[in-house]
Amino acid sequence: MFNVEHIRQDFPILNREVNGKPLVYLDNAATSQTPKQVIDVIVDYYSNYNANIHRGVHTLSQEATDAYEQARIKIQKHVNAKHTHEIIFTSGTTHGINLVANGFSSLLKKEDEVIVSALEHHSNIVPWQMLCERTGATLKVIPMNLEGELIMSEYDKLLSENTKLVFVNHISNALGTINPIEYIIEKAHAVGAAVLVDGAQSCPHIKPDVQDLDVDFYVTSAHKMCGPTGEGMLYGKETWLKKLPPYQGGGEMIAEVTFDKTTYADLPHKFEAGTPNICGGIAFGAAIDYMNAIGFDAIAKYEHELLDYATEKLLEIEGLKIYGTSKHKTSVISFNLEGIHPYDVGTILDKLGIAVRTGHHCAQPIMDFYKIPGTVRASFAFYNTKSEVDALVSGVKKAKMMLS
Amino acid sequence: MTIQDIQNDIIDEFSMFEDWEERYQYMIDLGKTLPLIETEYKTDDNLIKGCQSKVWVHAEMKDNAVIFTADSDAIITKGIIAILIRSFSNQHPKDILDANTDFIDKIGLKEHLSPTRANGLVSMIKQLKMYAIAYQTQLS
Repeated sequence: MFNVEHIRQDFPILNREVNGKPLVYLDNAATSQTPKQVIDVIVDYYSNYNANIHRGVHTLSQEATDAYEQARIKIQKHVNAKHTHEIIFTSGTTHGINLVANGFSSLLKKEDEVIVSALEHHSNIVPWQMLCERTGATLKVIPMNLEGELIMSEYDKLLSENTKLVFVNHISNALGTINPIEYIIEKAHAVGAAVLVDGAQSCPHIKPDVQDLDVDFYVTSAHKMCGPTGEGMLYGKETWLKKLPPYQGGGEMIAEVTFDKTTYADLPHKFEAGTPNICGGIAFGAAIDYMNAIGFDAIAKYEHELLDYATEKLLEIEGLKIYGTSKHKTSVISFNLEGIHPYDVGTILDKLGIAVRTGHHCAQPIMDFYKIPGTVRASFAFYNTKSEVDALVSGVKKAKMMLS
Repeated sequence: MTIQDIQNDIIDEFSMFEDWEERYQYMIDLGKTLPLIETEYKTDDNLIKGCQSKVWVHAEMKDNAVIFTADSDAIITKGIIAILIRSFSNQHPKDILDANTDFIDKIGLKEHLSPTRANGLVSMIKQLKMYAIAYQTQLS
């Protein structure tokens, strides 16, 4: 049974005050908070079995290796990957995207085309622009409509036999739109193109099934889903991961090294050069356990209630406009007050102990589309409450009063 | 008045406010009412792009004193600009170079001058100093 008051007791940080007011944390799309179950795992690791993995014969190394590989299996099961070695540990979503983009450098030709969406975070635009600069391939963009949805009829027109790759986020970080990735993947495959889905914003809300989606690459970050920063994962279909060359050279990723030639290790180690974030990987596994114990269906249902409630209450404020009004969205509300800069609203809210994001959210093309400098973004997690929504609404009213 | 005198005046004025709300309301009102820059100077050349808010700065010299005008698209940033301009404008370039912005800490607005805030203010202060260096070079 979902009980938010009970859940909140798991998060020590939710008890703190900011500027003399109880913290109202509504910046979950930037990073989520960490429950004590995950914090305990981090403390336990450094207190009891901190050691380098995979190559030690001693007990501590064996324990750390077991825990780390156990976490990989947890992630594999969570996203329903066919093989454990299809899960590559990364430092986060950006690392995963760059790993794939770099790998495609040797596979693309000048006449090839790659497609990206208008709703992307800079981290899912810039690596592909760099890839196109290196290979001479052309970057095309799926446009969006005023509701903040990708226009699928335009996507259909962009696809051709020259299309080699499509990159799209599962959920937009700036607007919260859930993109029709099933359709996007199916259509891309029909012309023989591979698809990378950026799941940084979806994994806190949705349990992806990579086999069911038939997606080629899926990337995410641990810190958006109750885990630590500096940790993430790349799922890649075995066939693709075998085809892509290694990203970074170093220890761990080799089979044999001489000065004449190096042969690379098998998957997943081929892509995991150097000592990884061992504790981060183990804690990522713990975070997935924590969220699964609550249940993604219960989380999604509750967050939707919060979204509907917050949308209704915020729209009662005269002059408030919400950007991203798709029927298919997660608990993210991007908004502005008429004639008032988002930076000013965010500053006043901070004084009231309310943490929101302001600015372009690393998605400048979306802000350019709406012709605005940025938005105020409130993003809700399953540990937020209706009374916190009320605090946000009264904070926005106060900001409006002071700034008008 | 010297820069130090002006800054002491500002500290005195702010000490009368009882809480953050009064301080911010004062800044917001400053931001709203002061004409800070001529439209002709609100150009891309004079623009400092912060990640969050934009700031425009213009400088000219009259009678050995540098006159600064500036603006921002965010009103709280603009209010702080008004305070900075009051402190630094119409002063000799050398005095501008010797002055600091410690008074901003004392009036409880320190967080706005944090380099991570990305509102353009830190770059703006650097720009004021750069203008002062340029005009100081002209004088000597």
